[in-house]
Amino acid sequence: MKKSTKILLGFLFGIIALFWFYPFIIVIINALKGKRGIFQNPLWFTRDFTFSNFKTAYQALDFTSSFFNSLVITVASVIVITLVSAAAAYALSRVKGPFSSILYYLCAGTMLIPFQSIMIPLLSLFGKVNFLNRTSLVIMNTGLSVSLSIILFYGAFQGVSKTLDEAAALDGAYPFKTFVYIIFPAVSPMTGTVVILNAMKIWNDYLLPSLVVNKDGMYTIPLKMYSFFGETNSQWQLALAGLVLSMVPIIILFLLLQKQVMTSVTEGSIK
Amino acid sequence: MLIKKHQYLAFVLPAVFFILLIIVVPFLIGIYYSFTDSNGLRSSFIGWKNFEVLFQDSTFLQSFWLTVKFSFVSVILINLVGLAFALIVTSHNNRLTKSLRTIFFMPNLIGGILLGFIWQFIFTSAFQAIAAAFHLDFFKGWLSNPSTGFWGIVILFVWQMSGYIMLIYISFLNAIPKNTIQAAVLDGAKATQIFFFIKLPQLAPAFTISLFLTLANSFKLYEQNLALTNGGPYRSTEMISMYIYNTAFVNFQQGYAQAAGIILFLCVTIVSFIQLALSRKREG
Repeated sequence: MKKSTKILLGFLFGIIALFWFYPFIIVIINALKGKRGIFQNPLWFTRDFTFSNFKTAYQALDFTSSFFNSLVITVASVIVITLVSAAAAYALSRVKGPFSSILYYLCAGTMLIPFQSIMIPLLSLFGKVNFLNRTSLVIMNTGLSVSLSIILFYGAFQGVSKTLDEAAALDGAYPFKTFVYIIFPAVSPMTGTVVILNAMKIWNDYLLPSLVVNKDGMYTIPLKMYSFFGETNSQWQLALAGLVLSMVPIIILFLLLQKQVMTSVTEGSIK
Repeated sequence: MLIKKHQYLAFVLPAVFFILLIIVVPFLIGIYYSFTDSNGLRSSFIGWKNFEVLFQDSTFLQSFWLTVKFSFVSVILINLVGLAFALIVTSHNNRLTKSLRTIFFMPNLIGGILLGFIWQFIFTSAFQAIAAAFHLDFFKGWLSNPSTGFWGIVILFVWQMSGYIMLIYISFLNAIPKNTIQAAVLDGAKATQIFFFIKLPQLAPAFTISLFLTLANSFKLYEQNLALTNGGPYRSTEMISMYIYNTAFVNFQQGYAQAAGIILFLCVTIVSFIQLALSRKREG
């Protein structure tokens, strides 16, 4: 390829990327303005420049508390999902038999069911026993995520030679010990994938939390952002500042773990 | 056998418990619900009536066809854009293409509610400014019109999903042996020939995966719909998930909404089996 075409192509790609990134830019620019600045020209910076929206939005979103609610729910769910599905997948990969195949097909089958097709009975089930709080949300997140996670882990455990299990057994280790100290650490790349996929899904989820923890003191970031948006009454500068705050945590985490995130997302969909 | 029976049960029972409690039991109750007139408090069995009424309910039918139309359009657009992006970022291996990959993928990190609000700002304020500056009526009132409102959700969804689908195409493009392409270059093949005769055939499994991933996701779309248009104007952009939600939790017709949920399940299942059959056929 000629050098001039190369530069031209680079330039073209750059424009496409800028266009793709512009929605983020426009949000940040207008979060840094007053109401008048947005009215004058929402497409670029104006002389109206302020940081005060962030302070207002931070307080209105009750950001410290919503951040920690989101964090606690996500971390707790991801830990339970990972342990429960890794243990089950290990047993499935080591013991072949009718029960294992039934369980495997149960996982594959339940993955087909859209959440919207079970949310009404699920909610009435938990509502009847008055069990709608952060703990039940973690339980629901786990139930909704173990199927895919088991299938992902199952593939990884298949790749770990059974001679490792046998050697550990000869040394006198119980299956539980073998699993915790030898086999589970051997699939740590897949553990990373399962953690990242579930964490992204649960952190961003709105529909399920809106049905389970939509009450004072339990709000997650997306829930609080939704109610805050309704309160801003077309004061876009506040809504946009809230959006920036809500996006910051996941974007920072992504930039730190970029490569791992992208491999996990690919693996999760291809397997 | 290294693992004894009681140990096996200890490993699998927690998972079985969660799947049964959260998915299987509600699913079975849900099938029963769909044959009742439940309003959340009381319910009695009414047979197939919900389904009969659903197929006459113009709001349901409209949201159903809107979802089908939406899925069709977005599947095509997302896959075209995703493939184009994958070709761009794999064309060279340098710092520019690496950062392009990051930028194209980034919208996928953000949750549906936030995405909906971002685009609501763009379609109202930013588009309004463009319309005023260049005197273009095309950019006026996008979210207050059923047809442009529909395209608004499509644009949002393409923006969100293309980077994700790009990753799938990249992994298949990278799996093509380098020397195949080098050999073609030595034989004097042009870039377009390499694309159509070498890369495209290798991408066939990626097409199936991406096609059905986007299809399943667009059928289940809810949050973006809620935050961008909230179904408006006049329920004209309300897709099937939002229809189920509103019928169950706003109008409290839970049995009726559950019948719509069962129809959604059947659609997703049929689509998945078609995918399975297609990929089996190729492998076999």
